[in-house]
Amino acid sequence: MEPRAAAGSVGIVTPRTQRFEQPLELACGRTLPGYDIVYETYGTLNADRSNAVLICHALSGNAHAAGYHSPADRKPGWWDNCIGPGKPIDTSRFFVVSLNNIGGCAGSTGPHSVNPATGRIWGPDFPVVRVRDWVATQRRLADLLHIERWAAVVGGSLGGMQAMRWAIDHAERVRHCVVIAAALKLSAQNLAFNEIARKAIMADPQFHDGWFLEHGTLPRQGLAIARMIGHVTYLSDELMGDKFGRELRSGSFAPGSEADAEFQVQSYLRYQGDQFADNFDANTYLLMTRALDYFDLARDFGDDPVEAFRRARARFLVVSFSSDWRFSPRRSREIVDALLAAHRDVSYVEIEANEGHDAFLLPIPRYHDALQRYMEQVHAGLAPRSVADAR
Amino acid sequence: MRVDFDIIQQWVKPGARVLDLGCGDGKLLADLTQDRQVRGYGLEIDPIKISLCLERGVNVIEQDLDRGLGNFRSDSFDTVVMSQTLQAVRYPHIILDEMLRIGRECIITFPNFGNWRCRLQIAGKGRMPVSRFMPYTWYDTPNIHFCTVLDFEALCREKNIHVINRVVVDANQRATPAARLLPNLCGVTAIYHVTK
Repeated sequence: MEPRAAAGSVGIVTPRTQRFEQPLELACGRTLPGYDIVYETYGTLNADRSNAVLICHALSGNAHAAGYHSPADRKPGWWDNCIGPGKPIDTSRFFVVSLNNIGGCAGSTGPHSVNPATGRIWGPDFPVVRVRDWVATQRRLADLLHIERWAAVVGGSLGGMQAMRWAIDHAERVRHCVVIAAALKLSAQNLAFNEIARKAIMADPQFHDGWFLEHGTLPRQGLAIARMIGHVTYLSDELMGDKFGRELRSGSFAPGSEADAEFQVQSYLRYQGDQFADNFDANTYLLMTRALDYFDLARDFGDDPVEAFRRARARFLVVSFSSDWRFSPRRSREIVDALLAAHRDVSYVEIEANEGHDAFLLPIPRYHDALQRYMEQVHAGLAPRSVADAR
Repeated sequence: MRVDFDIIQQWVKPGARVLDLGCGDGKLLADLTQDRQVRGYGLEIDPIKISLCLERGVNVIEQDLDRGLGNFRSDSFDTVVMSQTLQAVRYPHIILDEMLRIGRECIITFPNFGNWRCRLQIAGKGRMPVSRFMPYTWYDTPNIHFCTVLDFEALCREKNIHVINRVVVDANQRATPAARLLPNLCGVTAIYHVTK
């Protein structure tokens, strides 16, 4: 296989905020009276507006998927290893759109925003949002950008659920659907972990039934525990063993030593939890995990995913990771089997990786190679066919 | 062009739904898609070959044939193809049953172990055959279930599998009179078109 071009960065990017005045009727029956969407774009939209790729983010994602906001930034966007010139989602070919979903806490309207009807912060009153509502807002953004049809809608985890929803709700507007480490719906085990995370937040005395901002405080403890639980489910047993083992950070088991021994994994989890608690909104975490819980692609189709996928027109790429136990390869194979039975075009790769669910965010060579080759095909398919080709 | 691909092409109906078990780099499916407008899927386990399929834009599913085909519905394909893979699977007879369950018709190609060169190598040298077509040593080979043309036909009779068509070609990939008259002795590659 020929070597790939050296990959680059999209450089400095500036997020944009788009106001949508038209109220949005949500799946829960309530109406959101206008909202803001923060989004970023990378690359250039071509003349026939056919090379646009939508990135759907996962549980704690945001619009900042690639590049840097300023030269002083230490870290690039959350999927910078995958998006950029020469990278699998190649910004020298594609016009990439990445947004923060409503209900989020990274610029778009969410529980931390002010409810225009009351003048108070939405807090726990923010409506329940489902995956289909996000897709509806993404569709409005596509309209605004005059993108009639996405070359591809791409998402990992909860993002993959949005990508599938796109392919069904707006079949004619999606050429390719890339579903990474996702599932048709959560398992009972998934639901259970989400419930423990939510309970940790709600049990924090600083939560104040979700009105913590009005009380001038944050449920840091609860949010940190929620993140720690989540984090364990994102990693594999094998990876944690490799990374931390039973290494001690402090203390010892030497006879006569009374100080508590602290394992490396404890301090790692605490750091992850604390970092998250300082940067994430607790109500958003509750909302996002509920959106995950409620998602069930086949619910509207007699619980038959085949029936659901019969509406799709896109070609699909489904990717899973061997050590992912949150959305295991088995869950991805359910997607693939339903697509096969629905006579849809689909390719499936199961990547050998010991990083667990987190693998979908990492530059694992075979994963990125497969995605790159697939996206090259997506791009090749955009070229206007010559008369000779069409014959 | 592999001669078995050439013949498979002729046996697949235009516009058919095709499942290719062990699709390799996706060449056959790409050709069938272009020339016969089939709607095809390939199963493969080799990551490099899967990458090549993705590059060709062929539908490829990473799936190990030895772990079964239970995820495919009965009669969901017009043609199920297995080219030069029968000898590499754990249970060839079960795969055959599964192919006939999933597809209305099946096309199977395999190397003929009854070929005179194989017989000579075993009878003369007393060694397992190694040739251009079977280039592996006995201890390091994906091919674990060699059979002859006669073996395969005996299995078909046992299972009441109807042979629609058979082509056996020689080392130069030609269906010579010798390969036609004495397929089990002169044939190198056997290509069968079968149905229930």
